[in-house]
Amino acid sequence: MKKPTVELKLPILPNMELIATQTAEVIARHMNLTDDQSGEISMALIEACINAFEHSKTDSNVFIHFLIEEDSLVMKVIDQGIGFDKTKVEIPKIENKMGKEERKRGWGLQLIQELMDSVEFESNSDGTTVTMKKNIKH
Amino acid sequence: MSSFIKSTKEANQIIIIETDGYLNNEGGEAISAICYEKIKGGQHKFLINMAGTKVVNSIGVSILIEIIEKLQEVNGKIGYYNLAPIVAKTFNIMGLTKYSTVFATEEEAVGAL
Repeated sequence: MKKPTVELKLPILPNMELIATQTAEVIARHMNLTDDQSGEISMALIEACINAFEHSKTDSNVFIHFLIEEDSLVMKVIDQGIGFDKTKVEIPKIENKMGKEERKRGWGLQLIQELMDSVEFESNSDGTTVTMKKNIKH
Repeated sequence: MSSFIKSTKEANQIIIIETDGYLNNEGGEAISAICYEKIKGGQHKFLINMAGTKVVNSIGVSILIEIIEKLQEVNGKIGYYNLAPIVAKTFNIMGLTKYSTVFATEEEAVGAL
């Protein structure tokens, strides 16, 4: 049987990531996830959406696919932007950010990786797909 | 005042800010505007009641790090209470709990800060 999927198309407008989290909450309830699991999924989704909105350098829509599997939820956040090189993204540490005359940003990838069970990045000059998986323990 | 700020009050020389809604860039800036104004007026202790904030993003939380940094210059402190579990986990991952404190209740926070 084909796995159930939910697909969203989000314009790059302020706070559109909250549409994704509202959808994720409905899916989490459908899958009988715990509140903690639901919160982690929503937080990771927010960060992936914001990265797509801010760093893709494009006006194109961002696509989100939820793949509902028996023992996991897979979420793909897809943009059609300029891509990025993950090896050049510094792992943030608060100690390194204190005492510097700069904004304290750059936490998105770290949060996603901490909150999800697996994360994969595919990126080139045509866009980026972030695939995030949360294993479901029944 | 931003609609993100539900109320502000003072107890034991601590400014208590109650938030309501999504802690994003605008929410973070709303908190920092109050903190920086109060710091100029000589206040150095802040508590944020986040009962009404179930969703945050890292940009909003990063502004709290900027407030922590500003408070270090004046030997001040900031703490938080009524955090949703995912908000507490986010604060932990981002390291805020190394430089500021999460409390369970206002009573505990006011007594300890």
